[in-house]
Amino acid sequence: MSSQPSIISLIIAALFTENFVMVKFLGCCPFLGVSKKLDTAMGMGMAVTFVMAIASMFTWAANHFLLEKFNLEYLQTIVFILIIAGLVQFVEMFIKKAMPSLYNALGIYLPLITTNCAVLAVTLLNVQNNYDFIHSILYGTFAAMGFSLSIILFAGIREFISEKEVPVPFRGFPIALITAGLMAIAFMGFSGFAI
Amino acid sequence: MKKDKSIFLNGLLYENPTFVQLLGMCPTLAVTTTLKNGLGMGLSATVVLIMSNMLISLLRKIIPEKVRIAAYIVIIATFVTIVQMLLNAYVPSLYSSLGIFIPLIVVNCIILARAEAFASKNSVGKSALDGLSMGLGFTCALCIISAVREFIGSGSVWGIKLYGSVIKPVAIIGMPPGGFIVLGILIASINAIVAKRKGGNE
Repeated sequence: MSSQPSIISLIIAALFTENFVMVKFLGCCPFLGVSKKLDTAMGMGMAVTFVMAIASMFTWAANHFLLEKFNLEYLQTIVFILIIAGLVQFVEMFIKKAMPSLYNALGIYLPLITTNCAVLAVTLLNVQNNYDFIHSILYGTFAAMGFSLSIILFAGIREFISEKEVPVPFRGFPIALITAGLMAIAFMGFSGFAI
Repeated sequence: MKKDKSIFLNGLLYENPTFVQLLGMCPTLAVTTTLKNGLGMGLSATVVLIMSNMLISLLRKIIPEKVRIAAYIVIIATFVTIVQMLLNAYVPSLYSSLGIFIPLIVVNCIILARAEAFASKNSVGKSALDGLSMGLGFTCALCIISAVREFIGSGSVWGIKLYGSVIKPVAIIGMPPGGFIVLGILIASINAIVAKRKGGNE
């Protein structure tokens, strides 16, 4: 086992210096697609955090106990995406039964998470960085929180923009992208920050 | 024949996956720092798109309705793994610079969207053509974005230095914020051109 980073520096990296959306460009589709309103952005953030934490746990186990034992690492992509798809389906059914109020809040966003590249990326990054079980779960959880942080901030800004007069060609998507660019500049301020 | 031509132009122009449908944003923004990366990503995705479209179209009557998305994902993931291994073996420099975004072709929304919207309803030949045209549309878009970013961000195109000794390149365009800003301005310019043309026709 290679050395593991300290937990605090892992958390700060996942939240700010290596923020999934703003620095690594992972999870851009939901970031741009589901950020028109603040409450839907919050729902998406919560759902993603939930799935990413559990997915990190399961894929770590699958990789450690199955793929590495039988030298099948080249199957990682296929196995991980299947685990994620299955997990999303299972989580959807479980929440529907156990917590109907949460299901109503998250409902439509749950199936979308399968194709959120942030989830697959975090599981592959866990393997690439040789994180152990605890670090994998923490990285998954906090990377997802970093995602939620940026999508919620972005949705807040977009709600303001929607009331302003923007030049016609820039309306809708282009102005959103440029806003995201300015946010990314702000996030660049964190780069190099470490404990 | 005319139908085939319209399928082809559809992906390349009228329904360009990046500029019109706004799909597959993650690789679009992340790998377009240099033209080489943009072209490599575009072509890899095109290969996966053609192969998965063909196989899904072949199996469209066998795959049960309820598990179709899972089946599509497995088929796509298989082709992505093959492409990943080929790149690793033959173009290791591209493989390392694209990094994690090669396995992430699996969750590129363009591929799943074409499987669901086109390949599951059309014949093998048409699906392959659709995959080719959508893939080329994606590749063209990536090339345009990456050429602009490489030119402004590092003063070169395809690794060939064009300027930089007198005027310094604007490094931020090559960094993450630049990706968002360049794409935003490109889409806005396309909107402006389209609006002008429509205005002229009326």
